[in-house]
Amino acid sequence: MKLEGSFTVARPASEVWAALNDPAVLGAAIPGCERIEQTEGGYDATVALKIGPVKARFSGQVTIAEAYSPERLVLTGEGSGGVAGFARGAATVVLTPAPGGTEVSYEAEVTIGGKLAQIGTRLIASTSRKLAEQFFASLNAQLSTRTEAST
Amino acid sequence: MTKPSQPPFTGRTEDRRFLTGAGRFVDDIELGRQAYMALVLSTHAHAEIRGIDTTTAAAMPGVLAVLTGADVLADGLGPVPPFFMPKLWGGPDGYGTLRPILVTDHVRCVGDRVAIVIAETRDEARLAAEAVDIDYAPLPVVTGARAALADDAPRLWADCPTGNLSCTLRLGDAAATAQAFAQAEVTLKRRLISPRVAPSSLEPRACIGVHDAAEDRFTLYTSSQDPHGFRAVIARNVLKIAESRLRVVSPDVGGGFGLKAHMHPEDALVLWAARRVGRPVKWTATRSEALLTDTQGRGQEVEAEIALDRDGTVRGVRVEAWHNLGAYFWGTATPPIFFSLQLIPNTYTIPAVDLTTHAVFTNTAPMSVYRGAGRPEATFVIERLMDEAAAEIGMDPAELRLRNTIAPEAMPFTTPTGMTYDSGDFGGMIRIALDRGDWAGFAARRDAAKGRGRLRGRSITSYVEVAGVMNERMEIRFDPDGALSIIAGTHSHGQGHATVFSQMVADWLSVPLDSIRYVQGDTDTVLIGRGTFAARSSMLGGTALMRAKDALIERAKDMAAIVLEADRAAVEFSDGMLRVTGTNKAIPLTEVAKLYYLPAGPANALGIGLSGAGTAAGKPGAAPNYPNGVILCEVEVDPETGAIVVDRMLALDDVGRVLNSTICEGQIHGGIAQGLGQALLEEVTYDEDGQLTSGSFMDYGLPRAGHMPHIESHLLEVPCTTNPLGVKGIGESGAIGAPVAIVNAILDAVRPLGVGSLDMPVTQVRLWSALRAAEEMRGAA
Repeated sequence: MKLEGSFTVARPASEVWAALNDPAVLGAAIPGCERIEQTEGGYDATVALKIGPVKARFSGQVTIAEAYSPERLVLTGEGSGGVAGFARGAATVVLTPAPGGTEVSYEAEVTIGGKLAQIGTRLIASTSRKLAEQFFASLNAQLSTRTEAST
Repeated sequence: MTKPSQPPFTGRTEDRRFLTGAGRFVDDIELGRQAYMALVLSTHAHAEIRGIDTTTAAAMPGVLAVLTGADVLADGLGPVPPFFMPKLWGGPDGYGTLRPILVTDHVRCVGDRVAIVIAETRDEARLAAEAVDIDYAPLPVVTGARAALADDAPRLWADCPTGNLSCTLRLGDAAATAQAFAQAEVTLKRRLISPRVAPSSLEPRACIGVHDAAEDRFTLYTSSQDPHGFRAVIARNVLKIAESRLRVVSPDVGGGFGLKAHMHPEDALVLWAARRVGRPVKWTATRSEALLTDTQGRGQEVEAEIALDRDGTVRGVRVEAWHNLGAYFWGTATPPIFFSLQLIPNTYTIPAVDLTTHAVFTNTAPMSVYRGAGRPEATFVIERLMDEAAAEIGMDPAELRLRNTIAPEAMPFTTPTGMTYDSGDFGGMIRIALDRGDWAGFAARRDAAKGRGRLRGRSITSYVEVAGVMNERMEIRFDPDGALSIIAGTHSHGQGHATVFSQMVADWLSVPLDSIRYVQGDTDTVLIGRGTFAARSSMLGGTALMRAKDALIERAKDMAAIVLEADRAAVEFSDGMLRVTGTNKAIPLTEVAKLYYLPAGPANALGIGLSGAGTAAGKPGAAPNYPNGVILCEVEVDPETGAIVVDRMLALDDVGRVLNSTICEGQIHGGIAQGLGQALLEEVTYDEDGQLTSGSFMDYGLPRAGHMPHIESHLLEVPCTTNPLGVKGIGESGAIGAPVAIVNAILDAVRPLGVGSLDMPVTQVRLWSALRAAEEMRGAA
């Protein structure tokens, strides 16, 4: 299935780019993230998620397939939550300067399986939109705190 | 045609146990030292298995064993072939699959069984099952039958010579049909779909495996429609043991609908696991597991054509269909393939038919029988075509049907698909339905509905069913005290056999009803039986029971002749007494029975014990029966919201001689409820990756009480000529006629707005979308 959305982060593209490539920032911004480690060419992470009635701990790998600083990022990844199911897919993230900061838009093509598909399909799009909102809100907050601290 | 006269219904023998919670289903059985099984199911629709890591799971608390397909092979357990292939019914050879009870290297559908965990408790087993780590290499997926026949479609079975095609069944005369189409004044073609549906029995599948190491013998408690059939498949194919080394017990069963007509892998897995861990092993499906792993029904796409003249004479029907088999040719998949074509001529004198169906493998759960098994598909095709044809030529749909109906004088009538109807008054049924259902008064009801902003539609549907497959054996056995037992080869799982069969024996033998014990569902007690499905038990069980009674009375006469000191030829049986003709000498049957069990006396010479056994046979090899009927249906549609109300439902059923009218009507109500579900709500869906997206009752809609109309049911008796009781089946009737009756009525309501086609299930959103699309078309025009 296709997931897409866009958010505006109130910082210049270069700062947003740096944040999106910083495991510490990502770890703090990703809802339910329990662990994130940088690997060669990507990340290894564990995230606890609840999608509708399916609640599970997903572990997975994300690979940065393409990176054009500070404009475009292509990610591929897959995660597995055991019987709860699995997800794998690819996402393109585009950063565009916008009034008041940077517009971050994403487009992802995701395949899901297991219980996640059987009883969660209807809820994936709305839940992922909510999770993305939380992620960018947290990113915004982190960046503004950081800016305040450095000034 | 007569109306049955029946004694007042005083409840079922079974009611006390079910209404007081005394029923005993498999999950109610708790055995000492019982362990539990959890399944590890494929989360991929199509993939190679590169590896299975069970180490974490095996070390978890309470775990007794983690078993995989490699262990199945190491223990020499065999795979399960189809119960039978189309060739047995005179069809093509076809490609049949061998399904292992656990898959070793290649999963072909979501829900394929990959491993099992046995643990002390159900929760421990489930937790450990989540920890079994399987490394899948995904393969391309195909879920649609027609898509699976494309040259570049992923192939499920490398050694199937015809790609994903298992077989193609053809019936009728292609040349004669082509000629009929060429000569006809009107031809029309429609694409019709009967989607996959989930049987959804109230009691999910459940089983307990027991291995007695002392005797090296297994016992399987399972929720089954056919204990002896389960025993044969598991003993012969999987465990490779003598059938005497496996006892199958099927206690109370909460609904089967075909789902439980054939074993599933779990039935063999619990037995094997029990031997492995040396303890009884229990498994009960969760509702999610049921939706994922149960066989499903229907699943047919059809391109259907009809040729007729403007006076309403139907000249021919041509059909090409695709049956979605799923990943395996499993269980009893053959009957739906056949019946979906064989019953297309229905109750009509259609001179030429050309019918083809392709059975195709896809990455979905296996298809098998479900209430009606091909008959609802066939009825959907012909009755949709009749309504479309009537609309096309501007004829009353009832009139079109009457013009083409087989006359009672034409019986026995052989259809172009080789069905020989023995009896039936199809036209008479339609006329009664039109009268009782006030067909003529519809216009007033439609106008009244219009005043309320509703669209009212109606339909009239004829159906015919073929009932009575295989042979059957029943036994009646007296005990030493003069009480008796019926030992049934059939299997009641909601049909009320304990009531009906016991009543029949009580009437025949003039013995008290409460002196009769009804026994079924245990392969150690019942010599052989075929179980219950395909509306077979009234004719085959009933006839076999009657013959058992006859055999028993013949043997009773031997004893009576000795104790009454009479010529045996002069002994007769009536009103519970054996009498010597022309005298007042008589002895009650129950006294004769007691004499047969005395430790001395005439039994020394006649042999100990009084019992009788009887056999009856149906299709193939002997004649089945053809229940038939008419459904008259009226619906109202809200054109703004697409909401549908099934407002009136009149069901007329010719079930031959009626044995118990209340139980017959109960069957009709249940069948109509399931037919309504298929028409309006139910559909198993898979996404393009083969993931099941109707995996819970949040997404798979079942009919609720509020969806059901009041059903006006009438039973009419046209005695069957193929069996001495004159009975016809009843179990599937409602489910056969109801889906198309409802869809045709909805289309009748919305056709004036330009909606010419609706696929099942006609959900509110689907109808609303069709109404809006038609509105846009009208706006654009």
